[in-house]
Amino acid sequence: MNITLLTSEIAIICLSLLIIILDLLLPRFETRRSLGYLAAAGVAGVFAYTCTQYGVSATVYQGLFTLDSFALFFKQIFLLAILLTLLFSFDYVEGLAKYQGEFYALLLLAVAGMMIMASANDLLTVFIGTELMTVTFYILVGYQFNSSKSSEAGMKYMILGSVSSAVLLYGVSWVYGCTGSIVFEQIAKHANTSLGMLFGFGLIVAGLFFKMALIPFHMWAPEIYEGAPTPITAMLSMGSKVAGLAVLLRMVFIAFVPMQAYWGGIVSIIAAITMIGGTVIAMWQTNIKRMMAYSSITQAGYMIVGLLSADASGIKSVLFYAMLYMFANVGVFATIIAVKKHHGSNEIKDFSGLAQQSPLLAVVMTVSLLSMAGIPPMAGFAGKLYVFSTVIEKGYLWLGLLGFVMSMISVYYYLNVTKVIYMNEPCVQKEFIVSQPLRIAALISLLATLWIGIYPGPLAELANTAARSLSIL
Amino acid sequence: MDHFPLLTAIMLAPIIGALFLSFLPREADKIIKMVSALTMMVALGLVIYAYEMYDFNLGGMQFVESRAWIQDLGVSFILGVDGISLPMLLLTVLIGFSTVFASWNITKRSKEFFILLLILLAGVTGTFITQDLFIFLLFYEMVVIPIYIMVLIWGSSKRVSKEYSGMKLTIYLLLGSAFMLVGIIDLYLNAYPSGMRTFSMTALAQANQLGNLSEGFQIFTFFLLMIGFGSLLSMWPLHSWSPDGYAGAPTAVSMIHAGVLKKIGGYGLIRIGLLILPLGAKFWAPWIALLAVCNVLYAGFIALVQKDLKYVIGYSSVSHMGYVLIGFAALNGTGMNGAIGNMFAHGIMSALFFAMIGYVYEKTHTRYIPDLGGLAHQMPRVATGFMLAGMASLGLPGLIGFIPEFTIFVGAFREYPVYALLAISGIIFTALYILRVLANVLFGPRRTEFDGCADARGVELVPLIVLGSVLVVFGVFPQMLMGMVNSGVEPMVPFLTKLHAAPALLGGLFR
Repeated sequence: MNITLLTSEIAIICLSLLIIILDLLLPRFETRRSLGYLAAAGVAGVFAYTCTQYGVSATVYQGLFTLDSFALFFKQIFLLAILLTLLFSFDYVEGLAKYQGEFYALLLLAVAGMMIMASANDLLTVFIGTELMTVTFYILVGYQFNSSKSSEAGMKYMILGSVSSAVLLYGVSWVYGCTGSIVFEQIAKHANTSLGMLFGFGLIVAGLFFKMALIPFHMWAPEIYEGAPTPITAMLSMGSKVAGLAVLLRMVFIAFVPMQAYWGGIVSIIAAITMIGGTVIAMWQTNIKRMMAYSSITQAGYMIVGLLSADASGIKSVLFYAMLYMFANVGVFATIIAVKKHHGSNEIKDFSGLAQQSPLLAVVMTVSLLSMAGIPPMAGFAGKLYVFSTVIEKGYLWLGLLGFVMSMISVYYYLNVTKVIYMNEPCVQKEFIVSQPLRIAALISLLATLWIGIYPGPLAELANTAARSLSIL
Repeated sequence: MDHFPLLTAIMLAPIIGALFLSFLPREADKIIKMVSALTMMVALGLVIYAYEMYDFNLGGMQFVESRAWIQDLGVSFILGVDGISLPMLLLTVLIGFSTVFASWNITKRSKEFFILLLILLAGVTGTFITQDLFIFLLFYEMVVIPIYIMVLIWGSSKRVSKEYSGMKLTIYLLLGSAFMLVGIIDLYLNAYPSGMRTFSMTALAQANQLGNLSEGFQIFTFFLLMIGFGSLLSMWPLHSWSPDGYAGAPTAVSMIHAGVLKKIGGYGLIRIGLLILPLGAKFWAPWIALLAVCNVLYAGFIALVQKDLKYVIGYSSVSHMGYVLIGFAALNGTGMNGAIGNMFAHGIMSALFFAMIGYVYEKTHTRYIPDLGGLAHQMPRVATGFMLAGMASLGLPGLIGFIPEFTIFVGAFREYPVYALLAISGIIFTALYILRVLANVLFGPRRTEFDGCADARGVELVPLIVLGSVLVVFGVFPQMLMGMVNSGVEPMVPFLTKLHAAPALLGGLFR
């Protein structure tokens, strides 16, 4: 048994435990910023370690846990996401009333959950990873104890999330009943299209679509995105979504191959509804976090489009998109945190005059939003080009057209934010402070977004390697 | 100088300028303007050098640079210019150079203004020199966002609010480009089988000759491209962003938009639509000709009754685009020559027009024609610019507008005699509204309320001198422009003749 395959997960969990211990040892009134730096440094170390692992393809625990380039690619997305999120949330965490140390520890545990999901090769490991991620998120969403909105969001997320987990688990039991196994390869061998199997598959997919917040499973997202602490909103929108995607990809293309006949119709319709619905509702939002919630719903719609073409190029396009989506999110949420610190609220009008107060953040916000909208030369354009060219090739021309039209319409509400940033004068005349780590995170996101947009070759090749390692072809 | 990457340098000059500007302090107003001017001067110098060095007799793509870019998509960074793109490139930098000076009086947040202006100019420059569709798209949409921000901050809310006009302009163009994107992806996927795919324009043009693109496919894809490029070119039912957008935009944006950006639409139709999808172009040509006549007459009529100076010129530019379209729709060498020539000519004159309107508005604080009058007394130099642009616009021989328009009608008359006649009648309306504007704004009794308005002077004269002299010089020596254009169109002529002979689906019905 090759336990070294689990090194990065073990390292992250140990790091989390170490932070809890150090938190107990530190004097009560001392700042917990040092723990944040420790977490960031640890994550950076693990990230560097994962870079050396490409090319590995092996399983551990009788095939329940697998490590291949596909899983690694997703793990790197999560690690980068958490690293950048940590960088821009030091100030935010310092503003929390209590339990600052645990905040970092829990965040790391959530990431460990996501990493397990990326590697899960059987339905129970999927469930364990999912629960590790969501249970920590239940706590983290309600972390602002002095805010009723946050507590409400935490409670809502717990109830809705538990229901979706139950649905997922119920689906797992049906699949187990029909095939006699929970390991993906075994399911593939015994898979049939009997009614029970279809029912189980449908329930599992519904559970995962809930995590990814696709319409019509999206109802929880706006409330919870708005109420949660902003770093958690960022991690929900990057991590929860992308982890769900990782599981879905591996499961659909390895375990449920015979189901693909039913797959195209359902996914294309859900993707279409999600793209239209997310875009249309986002237009009316005045709170930036709610707007980002609907925007992230739309983005998930774009991502699952890539699942329609059941081949390596489709998976590659999804992986590519997930990475650039992460970078764009970092830029947006870093700016939201900086503005929130300045104004104390998250309304779009608070962004007034940001261009004059902090030109860097204004550019980062604009570029990130436009990347989500898919405007060249930002990364989002290359991503959309990859995603939609694979589905147009499979004959879904209407979906491609719809996707591009919707992304151009979405420019409307993204530009409304840009408008406030650039046109209006600052409404509060006091110095706008941007802390150094936040500036670094924002700068990384800006450079990455532009770099991937103008020169997508290297990332595309990496995504291609990862997609091919998901040995389905 | 054999291996000097001339085109890259032209494209990078504004970007380097913009980067440099972003490190300057906000208060260094004059330095910011001087750096911008210097940047554009370098670009202009390089383009003029390229224009001089271009070998007419050899023709085809010259100054070609090629680098591999994205292997798995088949994208390579190919730059090159021929007789079609070189005039457009010259137009871009000429107008870009002038806009810097036309914006010399901007003091509000000037640093951001000039950074955005230079990014915008880099984007437009890039579209004309790239020979790869992917890179083309990158540059094509790079221009949209700076324009939006510029309209928002420095625009005017005289008749429609600048928020409205900026958003309308942006969304219209982006929606158009969504159709174009799908068209281009469709083309990319169908031209070659997987593994051999490429975005190179030359290679895609060969795909048609190899018979990889069926006629039905070409017709459908050309339609998508036509919506995209047509909305940029303000083709008739898709034109309504244009006057509103120009009215809200600051002078520099109006100049660039009317002067160069619209031309990307025409350029795209020729370079991508016609050369890659000839059968599609042939199918849609009669429709384009019909829409072109609508452009000319409809916009001409509306321009007649406008009371806002910018709206007159806005609609006039829509009307002029009709000439370009009908020249294109003729699908013969003469018409094509005229269309490209007219794009250049119209660019210069509309930029000059908008620059002069900018001065008038700056000094009198109104664009409302009934409020203006007798300005030639107080501002003789501005009046000269106005007259030059107006006369060129109505096609006065000896100025730049005449030869291209004449060529268009010669070309179009062969194919669509009725449409051509209707379009020619548009000249009468052009003359009517132009002369009406000139008479009401410039001439008539001296009005005392404008006595305090100073004439353009100093650097403000640069746009007038640069663009005005181009109007005259290229008008008197049309060969300088048409020779270049012709060297680009010449190789297409056998191709066009063959296209006419090819059996068509519906095209014949309209002849």
